[in-house]
Amino acid sequence: MRPVNYIEGTMVSLPCSDIDTDQIIPQKHLKRVDRSGYGDVLFDYWARDDDGDLRPEFPLNDARRRDARVLVTGANFGCGSSREHAVWALLDRGIEAVIATSFADIFKNNSVDNGLLTVTLPASTIEELHRLCSDHELRVRISLEDLAVTVGDRTWHFDIDTESRTRLLAGLDPIAVTLMSEDAISRFEAHRPDWMPSIG
Amino acid sequence: MTGRTLFEKVWASHVVTGADPALLYVDLHLAHEVTSPQAFAGLDETGRKVRRPDLTLATVDHAIPTTGRALGIRDPQSKKQVDTLRANCDRHGIRLYGLDDPRQGIVHVVGPEQGFTQPGMVIVCGDSHTSTHGAFGSVAFGIGTSAVEHVLATQTIWQTKPKVMAIEVVGDLPLGVTAKDLILGIIATIGVSGGIGHVIEYQGPAIERLSMEERMTVCNMSIEAGARAGMIAPDRTTFDYLQGRAGVSRNSWDATVEYWSTLRTDPDAHFDRSVDIDASSFEPYVTWGVNPSQATTISGQVPSPESFADPAQRSAASRALDYMGLEPGTPISEISVEHVFLGSCTNARIEDLRRAARVVEGHRVSDGVSAVVVPGSMHVKAQAEAEGLDRVFTSAGFSWRDAGCSSCLAMNQDVIPAGERCASTSNRNYEGRQGRGARTHLVSPEMAAAAAVEGHFVDVRSWG
Repeated sequence: MRPVNYIEGTMVSLPCSDIDTDQIIPQKHLKRVDRSGYGDVLFDYWARDDDGDLRPEFPLNDARRRDARVLVTGANFGCGSSREHAVWALLDRGIEAVIATSFADIFKNNSVDNGLLTVTLPASTIEELHRLCSDHELRVRISLEDLAVTVGDRTWHFDIDTESRTRLLAGLDPIAVTLMSEDAISRFEAHRPDWMPSIG
Repeated sequence: MTGRTLFEKVWASHVVTGADPALLYVDLHLAHEVTSPQAFAGLDETGRKVRRPDLTLATVDHAIPTTGRALGIRDPQSKKQVDTLRANCDRHGIRLYGLDDPRQGIVHVVGPEQGFTQPGMVIVCGDSHTSTHGAFGSVAFGIGTSAVEHVLATQTIWQTKPKVMAIEVVGDLPLGVTAKDLILGIIATIGVSGGIGHVIEYQGPAIERLSMEERMTVCNMSIEAGARAGMIAPDRTTFDYLQGRAGVSRNSWDATVEYWSTLRTDPDAHFDRSVDIDASSFEPYVTWGVNPSQATTISGQVPSPESFADPAQRSAASRALDYMGLEPGTPISEISVEHVFLGSCTNARIEDLRRAARVVEGHRVSDGVSAVVVPGSMHVKAQAEAEGLDRVFTSAGFSWRDAGCSSCLAMNQDVIPAGERCASTSNRNYEGRQGRGARTHLVSPEMAAAAAVEGHFVDVRSWG
């Protein structure tokens, strides 16, 4: 995984809460066996009408925001299905960070596993960011080193758990990290109780 | 030392190394065709092997047909996913309940049914409804595909320690009010994000009286409240359910039960949050919106967005009513449906089918309603047929299908058309969940069965 140090670019705003992963990527796009190629179907049912044409009023379809790197949204982003395709689709589309008041747990974990930065900020700050998003040229810089979101002369600080931060900054392969504890896994395994089922 | 919660006991017994996050040992990993192919591909790319093929069980469920299976899978993409799972399981020595296996079914129905889900385990699956298995007093949660790859390679998973919330349910569920109504009522109370960062332990006399299948319905929808997992302490009901099932060890049963009996929250344990629920005031629930918390009772009405004090909830309600094609003030009992779906990992076990069949018996599905029963597993299907439930459903006009996820997420052919309305026993009423533009109302099996007969929602307690 590539390391994430800072993200810089323009923002796009989806000012609603409880956006579930079914909206981020609908079921019919989960039938492939690949990890990439989902960018065009991000928010498919919101982004396109019944004929498959792009809806001009959908914020991510705004030509001036095609290159947005940061999505600003509401509470509980990424709730529902565990489909990692939601994270793959955001990254494929060029979104490298999502700023929200809260994230669903599985989505947050999937994001760390793929180098998508999730930034949690208080509701009042998010409201201000939504307002700032009306300026499509305004650039935001999110520094994972400094744990800071900067727009112009404004800076807000955010928190992220140490483990996620370390992993993102280093771009570590989590399996390789875990396998360094292989002795501990083997020791644990040797003492598992007999009643635990195994698949015969 | 202060007492520990059920969750803390199971967590502590699985820490391989680390504190927060901790590396947890995974006792059972369940896999299916949709979220696993990229994980296996990742192993192949790095030359890694599956550490414990004997601790992973695979089945096909998400995108497979529920009819005409003898003809094979017509959708080439779904066929490729199923073939890929078969090849991956063969190569790595993983047991697969394939399309032709009598044990095939929805992953969260199959695990408990075969006795592989037991108290005190850590269970994961690339599916959010893994919370179902917490009904046995295990720590069970959904994971993404990268985490599936990690579990396959290491049989472990890194987790930050969640908080623990107690939901204490007192009072008796009134007659005709089900476990589904209980969990819909709980979600309506704490909201779809109320459980973020928490594991919920359901406690209290009303929970203790639930059967295992009812407990699974409750824990299944913990994720709809945003919780990482739901748990219920194992007791005699749990042990009786498990005894004699294929996955349960025949040796040392008494000693195992003795250990399982210690998996209870100590009286002086501390919860990060506690919520009290009085079940005696509950009624059958029907969702009116596009998330599971947007629900009211059968005697209620479609709410007006203005009735919500919170501006975010108000605008969400307004958007939901627009999508659902509903007018504020409409009595729920006047909402008509074109489709009825009896199925899913929430409500497609034998007790669900029995209760729905009791409602349907002697009636006909209303003209203009397409009603379908999709048993949760082929084992449930066979059992239902042995009890004659299939004939009750088919003679009433229901279609009787093979097992799978089906219209719960509409990845197969069982898609609800745009603009049409479905009474569904599943778990998510999201926009487009049952098909683009489809309008989903979540209900209990009894309520779905009665809606099929009447063509609109009715209070099943006073009907028939």
